[in-house]
Amino acid sequence: MKKRKIGLAFTALLATGTLLAACGSDDAKDDKKGSSKDAFSVAMVTDTGGIDDRSFNQSTWEGIQAYGEEEGLKKGDGGYDYLQSASDSDFTTNINNLVRRNFDLVFAVGFKLEDAVKEVAEQQKDAKLAIIDSVVTEHDNVTSIMFKANEASYLAGVAAALESKTGKLGFLGGMEGDIIGGFEAGFVAGAKAANPDVKIDVQYAGSFGDAAKGQTIAKRMYDSGADIVFHAAGGTGQGLFTEAIAQKKAGNDVWAIGVDRDQYDEGKVDDKTNIVMTSVLKRVDVAAQDMIKKTKDGKFPGGETVTYGLKDDGVGLADSHGAISDKTQAEIDKAQKDIIDGKIEVPEKPSK
Amino acid sequence: MSNRLINILVPVISVILGLIVGAIVMLVSGFSPVDGYAALWNGIFGDSYNIGETIRTITPYVFSGLAVAFAFRTGMFNIGVEGQLIMGWLAAAYVGQAFELPTGIHAVVAILAAAVAGGLWAFIPGILKAKLQVHEVIVTIMMNYIALHTANAAISAISGGKEKTDKIHDSASLSSEWLASLTQFSRLHWGFVIAILAVIIMWFILEKTALGYELKSVGFNKNASEYAGMNVSRNIVLAMVISGMFAGVGGAMEALGTFGNMMKLNAATGIGFDGIAVALLGANQPFGVLLGAILFGALKNGGLNMPNAAGIPTEIVSIVIALIIFFVASGYLIRLFLERASKKKGVQKVKGDK
Amino acid sequence: MEYVIEMLGIRKEFGDFVANDNITLQLAKGEIHALLGENGAGKSTLMNVLFGLYQPEAGTIKVRGEEVKISDPNKANDLGIGMVHQHFMLVENFTVTENIILGSEPTKFGTINIKEAAKKVQKLSEQYGLNVDAYAKIEDISVGMQQRVEILKTLYRGADILIFDEPTASLTPQEISELIQIMKRLISEGKSIILITHKLKEIMDVSDRVTIIRKGQGIGTVTTAETSPDQLAEMMVGRQVVFKTTKTEAHPKEAILEVHQLNVKDNRGVDRVKDLNLTVRAGEIVGIAGIDGNGQSELIEAITGLRKATSGKITLKGQEITSLKPRKITESGVGHIPQDRHKHGLVLDFPIGHNIALQTYYQNPLSKGGIIDYKKIDKLAETIIEEYDVRTPSAHTPARALSGGNQQKAIIGREVNRDPDLLIAALPTRGLDVGAIEFIHRRLIEQRDKGKAVLLVSFELDEVMNVSDEIAVIHDGHIIDTVKPSETSEQQLGLLMAGHAVTKTANKVGGE
Repeated sequence: MKKRKIGLAFTALLATGTLLAACGSDDAKDDKKGSSKDAFSVAMVTDTGGIDDRSFNQSTWEGIQAYGEEEGLKKGDGGYDYLQSASDSDFTTNINNLVRRNFDLVFAVGFKLEDAVKEVAEQQKDAKLAIIDSVVTEHDNVTSIMFKANEASYLAGVAAALESKTGKLGFLGGMEGDIIGGFEAGFVAGAKAANPDVKIDVQYAGSFGDAAKGQTIAKRMYDSGADIVFHAAGGTGQGLFTEAIAQKKAGNDVWAIGVDRDQYDEGKVDDKTNIVMTSVLKRVDVAAQDMIKKTKDGKFPGGETVTYGLKDDGVGLADSHGAISDKTQAEIDKAQKDIIDGKIEVPEKPSK
Repeated sequence: MSNRLINILVPVISVILGLIVGAIVMLVSGFSPVDGYAALWNGIFGDSYNIGETIRTITPYVFSGLAVAFAFRTGMFNIGVEGQLIMGWLAAAYVGQAFELPTGIHAVVAILAAAVAGGLWAFIPGILKAKLQVHEVIVTIMMNYIALHTANAAISAISGGKEKTDKIHDSASLSSEWLASLTQFSRLHWGFVIAILAVIIMWFILEKTALGYELKSVGFNKNASEYAGMNVSRNIVLAMVISGMFAGVGGAMEALGTFGNMMKLNAATGIGFDGIAVALLGANQPFGVLLGAILFGALKNGGLNMPNAAGIPTEIVSIVIALIIFFVASGYLIRLFLERASKKKGVQKVKGDK
Repeated sequence: MEYVIEMLGIRKEFGDFVANDNITLQLAKGEIHALLGENGAGKSTLMNVLFGLYQPEAGTIKVRGEEVKISDPNKANDLGIGMVHQHFMLVENFTVTENIILGSEPTKFGTINIKEAAKKVQKLSEQYGLNVDAYAKIEDISVGMQQRVEILKTLYRGADILIFDEPTASLTPQEISELIQIMKRLISEGKSIILITHKLKEIMDVSDRVTIIRKGQGIGTVTTAETSPDQLAEMMVGRQVVFKTTKTEAHPKEAILEVHQLNVKDNRGVDRVKDLNLTVRAGEIVGIAGIDGNGQSELIEAITGLRKATSGKITLKGQEITSLKPRKITESGVGHIPQDRHKHGLVLDFPIGHNIALQTYYQNPLSKGGIIDYKKIDKLAETIIEEYDVRTPSAHTPARALSGGNQQKAIIGREVNRDPDLLIAALPTRGLDVGAIEFIHRRLIEQRDKGKAVLLVSFELDEVMNVSDEIAVIHDGHIIDTVKPSETSEQQLGLLMAGHAVTKTANKVGGE
């Protein structure tokens, strides 16, 4: 009986759907008229973090939105759009959906989408795909966008070493790997360059989503005398801010350095006090806009890896809101210039 | 109201109610329910690509549903399907990439490896329950966490520090160019045939074999089963192991079909937990589970098209889909309501007669 | 005669099954009216119709002369009908008063006025001689007292028509006689009572009139004073019932079961069976008489392999079976009708047909190569259902839906059909009506006559006296004496059971 019940339910569902599908198709067409047909259209697929992750997904979307507004495009077909992925198995479907809606360029945000990008690239030869933070070179219709996070981390290292009163710093990593390794290497190199005697406590939480663990590690670092901690740990880094705020309230003069976006807002203690010294920015929005421009101009770098560094304004430090002294700032500017000029070579991997 | 009429009305009303409440949610959030449901429909059946993806989405749900249902039928509450599925996924992905075997045989070996891995993972709560009376719910929940992190560590070890394992060899793959070409490159793979086979196997074990008879008997009444000379401990362990094997093969579907490898997971896949709902929707009957999985998988895959075609945010889509499933599942509430209504009518009639 | 309740031509169907067919019951004011019928005859269905739990397909109900439609139990309450259920519906860790007001709490500005309620409960208790403490917790009071709480509950709600559903099923003899006094007191205070039972003795003791139903049909109503237990039994069962089962002289042959110096511990590690010796021979029924808790359960569990013996030896037909696996013992020729049929005898959620195959499902011909042939199971089930008169709509009906007597008949059919050399029957007639009891006794004797050994465990003296060829009296884990029924009396047995033969610890026994 139960079986029959569900069977019936399903039939009913199908029937209702058919009806709705018939009604719905007209409206969908109307929507498309909004954007002009020959506009260059752009879309993106998030990883499971979602569009408001205060990180890559959000930055990419901000870049795409900026482009769309500049060109007077509308959200939707023929303009700009995004799809969120709820699970790893959604990546392929989402990329495919966007390609099938004829977007001229589709961004795939994050290394987790690598396989999905390869798969779609194989099947949809006409599609143009861009993957962020991962390298896919075997397909002509895929370009890879990478960031020299180590360069900006170097500057953060300089800033931290010069501003530190205790001469002890902390680095809180998410999961060990090439990408986070770049942050660590740059930070350590910059700090040592600015102050060879500085001590740096490097720790990994083993997760990008464990704020509680992040806080435990941060507390240990502050308690052992570190006064500035830099995190490259995604959501785990929230724990660092929580701990830094608590330390500040307890009267300890501590700072934190954010990552990916300007995390100043996360560090608010009260109207006057903030514990975020600066943030190491990956300007995904800048990169996205640049890639859109290149592709629109017919210069899609298929099969290549485009790396954005200090030179391209693809990475950098966020406004310190006065937390960094002018003297230190001068040192930072100098280091930045040296890196751009090639006088300083920033390591990509932490020395063992 | 006759019973038959109620039987027909209940599912119809539950689906319609689900759709209506879902529509209200969409309206309140400022989206068109008509567009939304059209997108949902098209996301399930719109074209051959969507149909292919829908069937692919359904496939692992069949296995997780069967796993939960099998345990239920034998008196066990297997919350560990998630972990068993992850271990099965890992085993299949490893066998698929680490060995070279003839086409076909390789896939079979990988699936068997997944079944063994899932079965072993379920064996632990089974033996603890049978020998030490440790409640299987708590053990299976904990085993889920252990599975998740063990798998992540194993992926690192297998791949030499990377985020995912290498792709499996073609000889182990369930993907088919023919199926892909039939469905505009959807990831539809032969797993759905194995899923249907699994449904039949579960039905056969429970309804045809002496083993199934024992498992059900122990599930219903341990004492009487013991009096009738059955080995209760052995049956408890066996029930968990078979349940875990279904879950493990579900993981193999991801390894050999959908992804072709395994990547580090931030969190549980959710397939195992949804399996509980699938099993309950299907009244723990094998063919019921198949229908439950179809409903779940179809809505899940169709839901992906709602942001895509109708611009409805993922969060709203999740609410709408959950509402539809909720109303289908709570059909008995509607039945109760209908029966009350018809009863009340009867009472009023009598009063009127006076 | 003034009737407070008239149920006229009531018909209730469940699908194709007619549970009540044209039954008429008239309850006069101030009488105790017994409703008599075998298990499954439709007594409970009829009362559930009266209490508003079921709606009848045909017939009318009049309360105090006025035709009513009783749509639900609340309506029944409003009409002054109260039901004292067989299985009490009490919250264990609530007090008497809390239980009584549950569902109709007297509130004052949203708070429960428990004191006032308790006062009322106490007053009612005194009025009807119930002797209930309004503040006692349910878990602390005896079963008999709990039943009085149920009675109070109905009185509290203003019932003047009380339905008692098998009220004596779980009471001690002392409590039963107290209950009868309470019923008489209720009548003298102007209440009317319907007493559902299948126990003839109670009916003769307490009722004014009796309505008998059989297989869903109303057989008739008789005045108690003008009838006899024999007549009532005949009306209930549909044929003459023999209370004392007739049997021929036993001709015991070789020993089948031999128990030698057996010791068994219970779950808590307490010695329950102590150096026990027992022999059951082919062609005889040995009855184990004793007060509950003197090692009977542990003895049987040890023989059937469900419990390990700490020492001693059990042989079946000369082969040692001590502490073998239960299935091994079953297969070597032991049939077992367990003491608790719901817990140990049946898988209640299985169809009755599956239950009939519970010992043999894995054997040829029911099962071949691990695959069960359910057609053969059904066929076996139908044979046994037919042969053992198990009343069930079909072999596919869940065992739960059958009455206790029919469940027991199915179990006996299952065990006897395997043709075991030793049949162990533990309390085989507990809770059954006279018809079923007679049937089961006859089956046990039939087994004996076929040359099988039968071991009967019972707490009922007349059962042991009637059925056994030899009585072994168990006390504190020993068989303290073996007597022949023809050479003993109930009094003598009673003394033995209390341990009077060898030790003088009668006082201690009661405490166990």
